Amino acid sequence: MDKLILIIKREYLAKVRNKSFIVLTILSPLIIVAMIALVVYLAKVNSEEKRIVAVLDESPFFAHQFETGAEASFMDFRDIPLQEAIDSVHSLGYYGLLHIPSGNNIDSVAENIQFYTKESPSLDILGSLEGKISARVREEKLSTLQITPQVINALDKNYEMNIVNFSGEKNVKGISEFKAFIGGGFGYLIMMFIIIYGAFVMRSVIEEKTTRIIEVIISSVKPFQLMLGKIIGTSLAGITQFVIWIVSAGILTYVVLSVMGIEIDTMHSRANISPEAMHTLEASASQDTIQLYVNELVKIPWGTLIVSFLLYFSLGYLIYSSIYAAIGAAVDNETDTQQFMFPVITPLMLAIYVGFFSVFENPNGPIAVAFSLFPLTSPIVMMMRLPGGVGGAGVPWWQLITSILLLILTFLFIVWLAAKIYRVGILMYGKKPSYKEIYRWLKYK
Amino acid sequence: MPNLLVAENVSKTFGNHTALNNVSLEIPEGTIFGLLGPNGAGKTTFIRIINQITYPDKGKVIFNGNPLNPDHIKMIGYLPEERGLYKSMKVGEQALYLAQLKGMSKADAQKKLKYWFERLEIGDWWNKKIQELSKGMAQKIQFVVTVLHEPKLLIFDEPFSGFDPINANLIKDEILRLKENGATVIFSTHRMESVEELCDHIALINKSNKILDGKLIDIKREFKNGTFEVGLETLQKEPLKKELEEKYTVTDAHFKSLGDELKLRVQLKKGETANDLLAHLSSRGMITHFVEVVPTANEIFIETVKRN
Repeated sequence: MDKLILIIKREYLAKVRNKSFIVLTILSPLIIVAMIALVVYLAKVNSEEKRIVAVLDESPFFAHQFETGAEASFMDFRDIPLQEAIDSVHSLGYYGLLHIPSGNNIDSVAENIQFYTKESPSLDILGSLEGKISARVREEKLSTLQITPQVINALDKNYEMNIVNFSGEKNVKGISEFKAFIGGGFGYLIMMFIIIYGAFVMRSVIEEKTTRIIEVIISSVKPFQLMLGKIIGTSLAGITQFVIWIVSAGILTYVVLSVMGIEIDTMHSRANISPEAMHTLEASASQDTIQLYVNELVKIPWGTLIVSFLLYFSLGYLIYSSIYAAIGAAVDNETDTQQFMFPVITPLMLAIYVGFFSVFENPNGPIAVAFSLFPLTSPIVMMMRLPGGVGGAGVPWWQLITSILLLILTFLFIVWLAAKIYRVGILMYGKKPSYKEIYRWLKYK
Repeated sequence: MPNLLVAENVSKTFGNHTALNNVSLEIPEGTIFGLLGPNGAGKTTFIRIINQITYPDKGKVIFNGNPLNPDHIKMIGYLPEERGLYKSMKVGEQALYLAQLKGMSKADAQKKLKYWFERLEIGDWWNKKIQELSKGMAQKIQFVVTVLHEPKLLIFDEPFSGFDPINANLIKDEILRLKENGATVIFSTHRMESVEELCDHIALINKSNKILDGKLIDIKREFKNGTFEVGLETLQKEPLKKELEEKYTVTDAHFKSLGDELKLRVQLKKGETANDLLAHLSSRGMITHFVEVVPTANEIFIETVKRN
């Protein structure tokens, strides 16, 4: 046990003190934050450019319609010929000229409105102009029809379907996608962690082989202890890195954004949401619905979710990293690992794709169930199903328990298998092993 | 002298390959035991069994009176032939780590490391990384790490490889000193002159079988066949040679001398003594050279392996 702790400590320190590790740990959040800052800054610079649009209104309909806003300021031109207006807009360097021709019918006027500009105008200016015009047209028409704003308000009713589950609780649209998103996040985290730090374990085993220190060490400790210490030490280093990334990226983003004078809140409203989605969101964002979302969020079994995450994460990581360790032990250098990597990556990829395409759609469908029971994919797929809850409408208890039991059995089996391969492999030099050869190793005493 | 290590009928196979076949060995305490054999004979497998890196299929190993068990690991120091250190770890840190893996406390390891580093004059390397050191320097560290925990049994597999003659000599003296202090040494090498110099006992393994073992002196006695190298100043070289050939088995000898004397290797017949030959020769001329030919470890090695 003492020796295991010694090994864990050494592996941890060796990893954490490694220059490339330090550089990666420090630089990654900086780079990400710098990128975000750059994008935000550029967007800001872009939108701060003052754009002046001249309006030549010859009709009686559009007076006071064009107020200076965020996207452009408007300049009123009056009683000058069109050509002269175009020329002066051009010579003054304005963004464009909106020409509203004269006429008595608002429809035909609107039909003939022209926007003169040097280049093709940006979408937000165009959208804003179009919005202003169509609002005015609508208002004018309504008043000709003698419909009051009250009538319009009474008419303007968005319909929203009420969703209720069998036990009579109210549900909200989009919540299952939201839950799947949370589960997907957990699953993705597990996969990324396995791929990144599993490879670290493998490289570290290969390093011990190539520096030939392995025989010195295993004359002091059992190969299994060394393997386990390596896996745990590397994963602790990995967790350290993840925590540093998350915390520092959070702090840095906050600092940078506040230095640049951008409120976090405005960031959200500027997010790239299509107008339709925005519309739906706005429509459903009544106080009532928000409350429902909050209720649903609270209803996600966070306790179960976090406990399961820790369980699936550790078991999944241990299974995969011991396979990685065995691969590292079997080969002499990293290029020889290719033939063994494919079978390792495949179930991980499969789990993610099955998760995104099948589990999100139907968290309790046969595919989702099968993959959340199969031990090589269950850490990822089950995590995607779990935010829906356990028992009742969620994952049946028997599935969760079976899945965990299978995972534990597989864990014991794989670690046993990997330890055997590892023990023989670390002392084998010079030949590139085949699957057949490795199978033979399993029979060695 | 009690035996520190006894192997009884140890066998080990890897798939279809037999690495050790029924090998029995006794290694007396406080001696240097040469474990010899051609490449691939099974020496490394035997050493790995002692180190509990691998386990015998059949037979057993007794260490210090008890069947080999994990408690013995800290009583054994092993310098493998395939050896190395973590390249990017600092010397001191690494030595401490390896010592602690052998069960030493940190304080104890620190104290002893200081002693050894001073002894081998490598104290100022403590904060260097292994990759900054030369191969010979790294080998010194490796030697220190092997002996640091004062093991009862030391196993050196080609300990002199990578050393210049001066440092090889230094290490040789250290090995002898460790033996003086009571350690038992298993010494595996292909350099027969160091076997000659260091080993009290040897065992020869060839093709998974032990083909020879015992005290080096006894083995030599067994292998000598009453052959003498003689130098004789005489005017009648050819007639004398013919005369000797009638009585003994005679071949030409080649050794360095000042004169142009007759140089022969003469093998006695059974029952004859060196004195008989000496008396015969002294009546024929001036004897300049008379040495019993004792087989070298190298000759014994080659002859035994060939005969097998």
